[in-house]
Amino acid sequence: MYYAGKYDVIVVGAGHAGCEAALAAARLGCKTLVITLNLDSIALMPCNPSIGGTAKGHLVREIDALGGQMGINIDKTYIQSRMLNTSKGPAVHSLRAQADKKKYQALMKKTLEEQENLYLKQDEVVAIDVENGRIKGVKTKNGAYFECKALVITTGTYLRARIFIGEVNYSGGPNGLFPANELSKSLEEHGIVLRRFKTGTPARIHKRSVDFSKMIIQPGDEKVVPFSFMSDDITREQIPCYLTYTTEKTHEIIRQNIHRSPLFSGLIEGVGPRYCPSIEDKVMKFPDKEKHQVFIEPEGEDTDELYVQGMSSSLPEDVQIQVYRSIPGLENCEILRTAYAIEYDCIDPTQLKLSLELKTIEGLFFAGQVNGSSGYEEAAAQGIIAGINAAHKVKGKEPFILDRSEAYIGVLIDDLVTKGTNEPYRMMTSRAEYRLLLRQDNADLRLTQKGYDIGLVTEERYQRYLKRKENIEKEIERLKKTVISPSERNNEILRSIGSSEIRSGITLYELIKRPEVTYENIKDLDTERPDLPKDVTEEVEIEIKYEGYIKKQIEQVEQFKKLESKKIPQDINYEEIQGLRLEARQKLSKIRPENIGQASRISGVSPADISVLLVYLEQLRRKKVKENE
Amino acid sequence: MLNDTIAAISTAIGEGGIGIVRLSGDKSLEIASKIFKSAKGKDVKNMKSYTMLYGYVIDPDTDEIVDEVILSYMKAPYTYTREDIVEINCHGGVLAVRKVLSLVLKNGARLAEPGEFTKRAFLNGRIDLSQAEAVIDLIRAKTDDSLNLAVNQLKGKLSEKIKHLMDKLLGSLAHIEATVDFPEDEVDELVVNKLLDDLNYVYNEIDYLIKNAESGKIFRDGLKTTIVGKPNVGKSSLLNAFLQEKRAIVTDIPGTTRDVIEEYINIDGIPVILVDTAGIRETEDIVENIGVEKSKEYIQNADLIIFMMDGSRPLEKEDEDIMDLIEGKNVIAVVNKIDLPIKIDMDYINKRFKNVVKASVKDEHGVEEIKKAIADLVFKGKVSSKNDILVTNVRHKDALIKANESILKGIQTIKSNLPLDLASIELKEAYLKLGEITGNTVAEDIIDRIFCDFCIGK
Repeated sequence: MYYAGKYDVIVVGAGHAGCEAALAAARLGCKTLVITLNLDSIALMPCNPSIGGTAKGHLVREIDALGGQMGINIDKTYIQSRMLNTSKGPAVHSLRAQADKKKYQALMKKTLEEQENLYLKQDEVVAIDVENGRIKGVKTKNGAYFECKALVITTGTYLRARIFIGEVNYSGGPNGLFPANELSKSLEEHGIVLRRFKTGTPARIHKRSVDFSKMIIQPGDEKVVPFSFMSDDITREQIPCYLTYTTEKTHEIIRQNIHRSPLFSGLIEGVGPRYCPSIEDKVMKFPDKEKHQVFIEPEGEDTDELYVQGMSSSLPEDVQIQVYRSIPGLENCEILRTAYAIEYDCIDPTQLKLSLELKTIEGLFFAGQVNGSSGYEEAAAQGIIAGINAAHKVKGKEPFILDRSEAYIGVLIDDLVTKGTNEPYRMMTSRAEYRLLLRQDNADLRLTQKGYDIGLVTEERYQRYLKRKENIEKEIERLKKTVISPSERNNEILRSIGSSEIRSGITLYELIKRPEVTYENIKDLDTERPDLPKDVTEEVEIEIKYEGYIKKQIEQVEQFKKLESKKIPQDINYEEIQGLRLEARQKLSKIRPENIGQASRISGVSPADISVLLVYLEQLRRKKVKENE
Repeated sequence: MLNDTIAAISTAIGEGGIGIVRLSGDKSLEIASKIFKSAKGKDVKNMKSYTMLYGYVIDPDTDEIVDEVILSYMKAPYTYTREDIVEINCHGGVLAVRKVLSLVLKNGARLAEPGEFTKRAFLNGRIDLSQAEAVIDLIRAKTDDSLNLAVNQLKGKLSEKIKHLMDKLLGSLAHIEATVDFPEDEVDELVVNKLLDDLNYVYNEIDYLIKNAESGKIFRDGLKTTIVGKPNVGKSSLLNAFLQEKRAIVTDIPGTTRDVIEEYINIDGIPVILVDTAGIRETEDIVENIGVEKSKEYIQNADLIIFMMDGSRPLEKEDEDIMDLIEGKNVIAVVNKIDLPIKIDMDYINKRFKNVVKASVKDEHGVEEIKKAIADLVFKGKVSSKNDILVTNVRHKDALIKANESILKGIQTIKSNLPLDLASIELKEAYLKLGEITGNTVAEDIIDRIFCDFCIGK
């Protein structure tokens, strides 16, 4: 063991959480070291080749609005992009892009390499060093000791990772990489409670062995909306995906071999995610379904590997070959990489504060899949928050916390930390109670000011945000003031778009509220319309059209904020509060909520317990006032 | 939650002829102004602090007069809670007070949590620090009481009904959310008409429950209860025990004959009419004096019979005669005088009656159990005439009303062709409100249901 130097912040792992954490900390001026098992696996996408999707796309936009990297990186490396849910309300429109995996990785690696204050090291962290309840440093396999003021652990699915392919199973990380087998023990020695989760990925197949003529082509959007608020219109040739279906024969093979699946035989103990079921899960759970969708997605421009979305499996390799080849278009498919399930250690996230700092060890942060979440975007979202808070720790600043009314990131972290999770946690729009306010289109309006105040948002991004904000506000004002007269010409236009005629003057603002009217289809009525970018006019239209619903949610948020702003002192002793029920006392002592709102979301804490807590806090406050007199 | 306007009945129901509905919070006066009309045409909103107005509470939906009341106003901070307080003094008895409370809740107030007025008094600095523990005790005790009450009342048919409606609602919600969160999965297409049918069904069922809550026969007319038993078994002692504690709205209303007096009491909010044979009490012998025919008439008309027996004596022919008369009715069998050695055949009684209470009425032992037995029969729907499901708990009713308001908004959103994910915001609200009755939480329930109903995931 040798002393290898001192850093402000060390980040363990360089996946999606690690990259955002490291970039945030370094950009905030902290001398930051990233230690990863393999520098070639920076920003690795070991599962699906896409970024975004419902709710996940919102997360990417929020990361971007705060000054993170994921949005910029995917905008430069996508090979197909689609806005999902466009037939539904604006709150649930979601961006998703297919990534060129290798390019995505290479660009992120280069970004890290070029970042000032950021240092990279290929090694394995085997132990953490804690002194007087505070993180002090890490030990590595190569015998180095790195000292630090704050540590961010983003180990993803690598801790004591185990691969399952039918009856075959072995110690191994994702995609043929090494697992990290030693760090778990050190974490446990420091009192951190670990759990076992499971996830899986489908096979990769060779393009030349696929008959696309039997499949349905899935092109990208003609007009691509970028992820990053920093990206202008992008035009790039897109690569299509393809859709095919499983057959009765597929299901038959699975049913005959189900006893060989480690999930069904009980070999795998870890809990898997319900939204990412293996194909054998789907077939067994929904026996009446005649076919299941299979999407064929390219892994990148410079490779012939294809990802087989919907076919994740832990069946034995010989069965997998039969199963895949029973699918139209895949009759002759060459499997390049076999599907596998992976089991790994993660922590119980209720051990964390809302800042993602461990409650029991100062300066130790966790982010990403190690917290029991799943998904690149969920990981990156936690990463940027952990990175900011690690930097704040070093600088002695207050933690940066987004609440449930401000961002999906806030919902994600609050859910994990307050309620915990029993399966790998995936972001969903239905988890956000203020969904209508937390849209992907307004992520910058919600968060860029905050990112700027922290110091993570560049001046250029900030100016763009201010300009956009001003454009939106001005245009809404103009529409409120512009009155349309009931002239024959105007009514003719209204009739042509299927809207009813007007008898007296009406503002454009009121007119846009009509369901059949859009900002676009009344442009002939609006003779003095300024030339504005599409993202501005869309924002304007949403804010006008859904004003009533938005107002209602804003009122709900005001109520919510009142409870969130009632802070609970961190040295509170729940044991001494008379009148709390035993269950509430135990739960509160375990979670140690930071405010009354958070306390009220803990399962097992009743409204009466909250009342008791409020009375107790008031009691404390008055005693303090008395003492000071 | 911390400073919205709350309301509750502040006199224990049944304790005194006047019932007071109290409001606290900055919208108190505004809410009162929506339902109150001064007799002299004065404007409530311009009332001075610490003054009263005489007038009427009027249902704004129907313009019907609900009660003649006195309204008093106390402006913050010189009030019990240090918030604006309005008190509505009602004269019309239990039902009027309940009706006034529901109007207040419908017009913007939230039903106070148990002990909440006192809690606010403390949090707003009105109550001394030394009393903090007492405040906590009060919150705890009142909550536990009302929780127990609410839980008890939720057993049986009502609970099944609400769970059934929540399940329906959750099905619709999960379907919308599944299409939103998993647009590329093969979720069955949402048929708007089917969705509207399901929501209308839930809306109508809840609407029926709400309307029935206070127009149900028992709540309109009272639960007609006749106490029967041979002479000297303790009928009058039982009556006195009831009346002593709940000397609520005791009015003498002549019955069909001068011999019979109906006494009104209130048990957990249920108006109970005790048909008592007061006029013939001196002779103490129903069967002999008014004859079998007359007894039959009382028994026939009763919703509930309290049949009293003397536990210190073996069963006699007179007991058996009465048993035959009350065959097939809802009966609570009371074995009285258990302070004395028991001589009665308990096995036989337990076999013959479903509800048996042992009591020693003269030392008030067992009186509470009898009341509980009465309440249970009503809340479990055993004694309602048309097998109606009764919502009797104000909190449950309030939750149902608010849930239905949200469902209605959801339906309107769908009908105006707005995106379904907007409607689901309203439907979630509704589910959340219903969940307050049963203790369910919305987010996890939806997600569980999505994975249960649809094959999701790639």
